[in-house]
Amino acid sequence: MQTTLPTGTPPSISSLSASAQKSVARNTRRRKLSQIALVVILLLGGLMMIFPFVWMISSSFKRPQDLYSLSLIPPVFTLDSYRTVLNDTSYVRWFTNSLIIATITTISVAFFDSLAGYTLAKFKFPGVTIIFVLILSTLMVPTEMLVIPWFMMSIELHWTNSYWGVMFPGVISAFGVFLMRQFFMGVPNELLDAARLDGFNEFQIFWKIALPLVKPALAALCIFTFLGNWNAYIWPLIVIRSEEMRTLPVGVAFFSSENQAAFDLIMAAASLATVPVIIIFLIFQKQIIKGIALAGLKG
Amino acid sequence: MHLTLERRKWLWGYAFIAIPLLFFLAIRIGPTLYAFWVSFHKWDPIALDRPWIGLDNYRELAQDKVFWKAMRNTWIYVLVGVPLGLSISLLIALGLQRIVRWAGFFRALYFIPYVTSLVAVGWVWRWMYMPNGLINEVLYWFGIEGNNWLGNPATAIYAIIVTTVWQGLGFQVVIFLAGLESIPQDYTDAASVDGANAWQIFRHITIPQLNPTIVFLVVTGVISNLQVFTQVRSMSSQGTGGPLNSTISIVLYVYQKAFQSLPSKMGYASAMTVVLFFIILVITVIQLKVLQRDTD
Repeated sequence: MQTTLPTGTPPSISSLSASAQKSVARNTRRRKLSQIALVVILLLGGLMMIFPFVWMISSSFKRPQDLYSLSLIPPVFTLDSYRTVLNDTSYVRWFTNSLIIATITTISVAFFDSLAGYTLAKFKFPGVTIIFVLILSTLMVPTEMLVIPWFMMSIELHWTNSYWGVMFPGVISAFGVFLMRQFFMGVPNELLDAARLDGFNEFQIFWKIALPLVKPALAALCIFTFLGNWNAYIWPLIVIRSEEMRTLPVGVAFFSSENQAAFDLIMAAASLATVPVIIIFLIFQKQIIKGIALAGLKG
Repeated sequence: MHLTLERRKWLWGYAFIAIPLLFFLAIRIGPTLYAFWVSFHKWDPIALDRPWIGLDNYRELAQDKVFWKAMRNTWIYVLVGVPLGLSISLLIALGLQRIVRWAGFFRALYFIPYVTSLVAVGWVWRWMYMPNGLINEVLYWFGIEGNNWLGNPATAIYAIIVTTVWQGLGFQVVIFLAGLESIPQDYTDAASVDGANAWQIFRHITIPQLNPTIVFLVVTGVISNLQVFTQVRSMSSQGTGGPLNSTISIVLYVYQKAFQSLPSKMGYASAMTVVLFFIILVITVIQLKVLQRDTD
């Protein structure tokens, strides 16, 4: 009895722990397998996501007669389509136009939207609520409703076919005002009051104290605005009249529909329009994605 | 003394808000009202006479078969595109949340289409959808007969929707990931201790906790699909919303009537934008109601 008990129990304990160990091992193995499966599925999905770009770049280096070959690597590598696009169009000019328009618009939005957002968050003068509601209500109006009045306005004021004509509808954005207001609300009043006691004027308080505290939101707004203006299509399409004033999307659209069947040329134009953006995105992808998430969630 | 300080601060406030306020009055609110005004006129910008015709544009709209076709199509873009995009992006986000390594790399991979111009990628997809294009060639490998995806009135709109979903997926994944991160780990831990399986956790914890994120993505998705234009103009045959108006959207029809037809029918096009305005207004109000119920 005395010998069986101690010898009887240890085996049962050790067998229990062995089976437990085995199940833990099985669990980690299963987890590892499902991890691998998941990574493979996500990788396949991700490859499908970027495949159109791979095909675009591949087609852009093919000769017209090789265009229908399914090989990803061009049978004969040629830069002819790029040469044609760069020679026949004002591609460099279009790129510059887009860059100038998107940059100036972004700077303007960054400045005026933070100023307005700050004012609406931190000032309590008569009418401030009405102004806020007024600005917020413009968010509901679809841009398409405004393009006809904007077009009439541009004709009347001779703004068509100019940078200002493309930019003016977007130099301040209601979305940005709202976004910046949300973030300025989180800036403690004590900090601003302390700066007032130090003799800062109200603009210095905004510029030197409050604005640096909302830098992440400001960066997010800049990314959003730049992307939106860089890729904008309907309004530039309407307001631009001449070939050399086109923005990149408008230029690519005209070039592509004029060369309907020449997909080697169209793919070269599309590559020239997308690859620089993709490269810049890949360099700053962490900040850009963080910014988009921030703007998307608070806006 | 105290009062003057307060007053001085008011002046600063008015100075700060003056330019933005003027901008919104002149560039947003004024033109909105003006669009209503134009919609009550027969308005050809070249003609000197622009007579007031009351509700005639709206009456004509009610009879216009192409407008109703555009309205129907626009709702197809919304009702097929939004659920499709949201369900795929939620699945991807759930997957990305679970993997230990490379999540950031994959997230960037899925996000790339979102930063590129819809005009350019629209033409890339058009190239792949061609009768002798890549998609048909691949289908041929598997012994499946191809289709003229964009040339067939039965499939063209869905082909455009696929491109739209593909382009917007990265944004939705990023927003879903942020939403998933905000769900406290304790909730799911507690549920799995209580013996809930993965599906039960998803159904009873993840989905309800994600509700604000879903509402946000549904509303932004619905509103942007209601305004679909660029991809239709880039991908439909001749960019006119064909074949047989099977892909034409409201905004494309507005553009054609206002800027491409002779004589230009600005009043008529404005009437269409007013209709679109009211649709978006109703959706925004519903969104506010739903979000309010959530916070109560």
